[in-house]
Amino acid sequence: MAEEIKLRVLNIEKSFPGVKALDRIDFSVRKGTVHALCGENGAGKSTLMKIINGIYKPDAGQIFIDGNEVRIQNPIQARKYGIAMIAQELNYVPEMTVEENLFLGRLPVNKVGRVDWKKLRKQTEAFLKAENLSYRPDQKMKTLTVSNIQMLEIIKAISNNAQIIVMDEPTSAITQKEVDMLFQKIADLKAQGVSIIYISHKMDEVFRIADDITVLRDGTVVESHPADELDIDKVIALMVGRKMENVYPKEKVALGEKVLEVKKLYSAGTFEDISFHIRRGEIIGFAGLVGAGRTELMRSIFGLDGYTSGKIIKDGKELEIRKAADSIRNEIVMLSEDRRRYGILPVRSVRENTSISSLEKVIYNGFAHEKKERTLVNQYFKKMNVRTPSLETAIQSLSGGNQQKVLLAKWMMRNPDVMILDEPTRGIDVGAKFEIYKLMTEMAKDEKAVIMVSSELPELIGMCDRIYVMNQGRITGELQQEEFSQETIMKYATGSGKKDRHT
Amino acid sequence: MKTKSKNQLMEKYSIFIVLLFMIILCTFLNRNFLSTGNISNIMKQLAVPTILAYGEMLLIISGMLDLSSGSVLALSGVLSVSCYKASGSLMLALLAAIAIALICNLINALMVTNFKAPPFIATLAMQMVARGIALFYTQGQNILQLDNYVIFGQGTLGPVPISIIFMAAITVIIWYLLRHTRFGRSLYAIGGNEEAAVASGINVARNKYVVFILNGILVGICGVLFMSRVNAGLPNGAIGYEMEGLTAAIVGGTSFSGGVGTTMGTLAGAFIIGCLNNIMNLIGVDSYIQQIVKGAIIALAVIWDIRSKSKKSTRVILAEDKGKACTSYTTKKEKES
Repeated sequence: MAEEIKLRVLNIEKSFPGVKALDRIDFSVRKGTVHALCGENGAGKSTLMKIINGIYKPDAGQIFIDGNEVRIQNPIQARKYGIAMIAQELNYVPEMTVEENLFLGRLPVNKVGRVDWKKLRKQTEAFLKAENLSYRPDQKMKTLTVSNIQMLEIIKAISNNAQIIVMDEPTSAITQKEVDMLFQKIADLKAQGVSIIYISHKMDEVFRIADDITVLRDGTVVESHPADELDIDKVIALMVGRKMENVYPKEKVALGEKVLEVKKLYSAGTFEDISFHIRRGEIIGFAGLVGAGRTELMRSIFGLDGYTSGKIIKDGKELEIRKAADSIRNEIVMLSEDRRRYGILPVRSVRENTSISSLEKVIYNGFAHEKKERTLVNQYFKKMNVRTPSLETAIQSLSGGNQQKVLLAKWMMRNPDVMILDEPTRGIDVGAKFEIYKLMTEMAKDEKAVIMVSSELPELIGMCDRIYVMNQGRITGELQQEEFSQETIMKYATGSGKKDRHT
Repeated sequence: MKTKSKNQLMEKYSIFIVLLFMIILCTFLNRNFLSTGNISNIMKQLAVPTILAYGEMLLIISGMLDLSSGSVLALSGVLSVSCYKASGSLMLALLAAIAIALICNLINALMVTNFKAPPFIATLAMQMVARGIALFYTQGQNILQLDNYVIFGQGTLGPVPISIIFMAAITVIIWYLLRHTRFGRSLYAIGGNEEAAVASGINVARNKYVVFILNGILVGICGVLFMSRVNAGLPNGAIGYEMEGLTAAIVGGTSFSGGVGTTMGTLAGAFIIGCLNNIMNLIGVDSYIQQIVKGAIIALAVIWDIRSKSKKSTRVILAEDKGKACTSYTTKKEKES
């Protein structure tokens, strides 16, 4: 049964004016298996998935489901063929309730067309119970966290009785526990004969669940193999077209003075008793489960949210941080985890996005010095290896990885002392990740301090000098480099480790 | 590469091409269109809507708008007129108008930034209140016989009408503010993504206050220009003028979703509307039909704006992919050599 081909795309081609996005793609998914699709951003994964889901029409080629050729004109048809897609960018209506959202577009109705709320409630409750989720059907979507929402999206797809489920970075925002739940769910689905196309940049996950792996690069299938014939290094080499010698370009740097010290920081209801410090040349990490209060803590230090009591001391001087402008003036900057919400100015050019926090460098003596601005921006773009058609391109038309690099260039241009990076590599490709790691190392060598919040333990372990672990709004552990291990971090993160702090 | 930059150029200046095309068309439709008298007439009629449009443009760029400008114009106008009648000082009358409009706009800013009211609602409320005060103060009566007051709207400095001098000076100031100051950049950022602007260190509340203050000054000046042009203090004057301003800004390429808009675009937008009004009068189009035509033009302008933007963004994505392909190609080459 495992040899039965559920979905096959044959010689699919898709061009956009001026560029060939997909070139003779041949790709098949066996029934009841997980097929991972790997590739850098822009390799054509999303385009291919959009074709399968009926969002784009291919220029040439065929799609077969169960051996029969089908034409998928739109997502509604795709749903009829049993194809469901969980997009990377979550789509939901914040003002709607969980149950409305779960059955969006297919609310149960009675004979006269009135929504059958009782039935809706019953079905939703059944789903939530079956999946062990603890939210109420009448809760508004906006009250849920990103990870809650992502789990719900997954359930939504499953509840459609889909036979082929496309998951695009499904774990980018959920906790380890939920990842385990998801993988259990995937195993159940496989057993029921459902095929899953799994897109992820997280190689360890891919190898945990994939039966087959296909690598795309520049719109073509590079190779396609059963997972057990490949390993992580091989896949990465295939993706980038060259060998990646070292995933984490960490270098030993002599530590300098304490640059930032946080003492007994407390914010009612979010975190308490937070004390930590960082030296020049140091990279420290903040590990913890989603909801541990790491992002909230960083937002308070950066001045986006307030704090109730405690001290933030920089270079021996206590700071009063009321808003982001205060911390920026004191050369503490933060790259937010939510790039679209707190990072980019979508319609403005990459040039303006870069200089927006350093305007005094380009607008002075009563005039904007655009030539100087272009030179400066170009200089940082080169450093960050930003790929953009021109400096006047709107940032919204760049890929996620490039947007992230533009935002990093924006903060680099300020030449900050402390850089806080909240989930800097979420949802971006291996190449861009590597460039961000390299930049962190550069900053450390340049006697700056880098604070990285991340849910990817390997990158914390690979890049940091010290790691603080948080659990339920408190720092529960501080680990030195020689103590780093995923097990120890998880122990503190889940609150099972004893409070044990080094100085 | 060359064709691309040509396209970008076309996009940047398309509004001016439309204006040019329109002027040519108008000249064919009526020989008198390009006469000095008619041009000066258009300009004089345009001064008030254009200045109002600048205020609206600044607000729209920063993600807001002002529905009260017509009413506030009337209120500041009638108070300015009675101030002139009482004191006989032109300067005092001008300052009074600006002060009144400024107060109204400070209240708008207070509502929007401190009480977090949506600008649509806050300024709608001000629209009613300001009109109400103007009518109550005058008891609905027009104030007549303005004597020297008419100099603002009807006088000339040499051959140039004073209202046009106001318009030209304000155009330069607004252009300078948007193009050459941190304040201008901040406005684009706030309208582009307010939360990101805050996280970039921009003082959003202060900038919003400044925008409303500028708008207040502009509306106050318009109050004087309007009343002196019609030679009366009309408490019921300038009804719907906020829409004239909004229309000019939108036709001129200011994006209603915020973060986009230019001074020259808005100026061109105002001229397009002005020429349209003028030519329809010259060739004797029924005034009811004129409204229909204007409405249709606005709809077309918006459709065109949205379409040209969506085209632009797809092209840019592809260009990035291309850039990427090129880079990997060169690295391959470098390896080989």
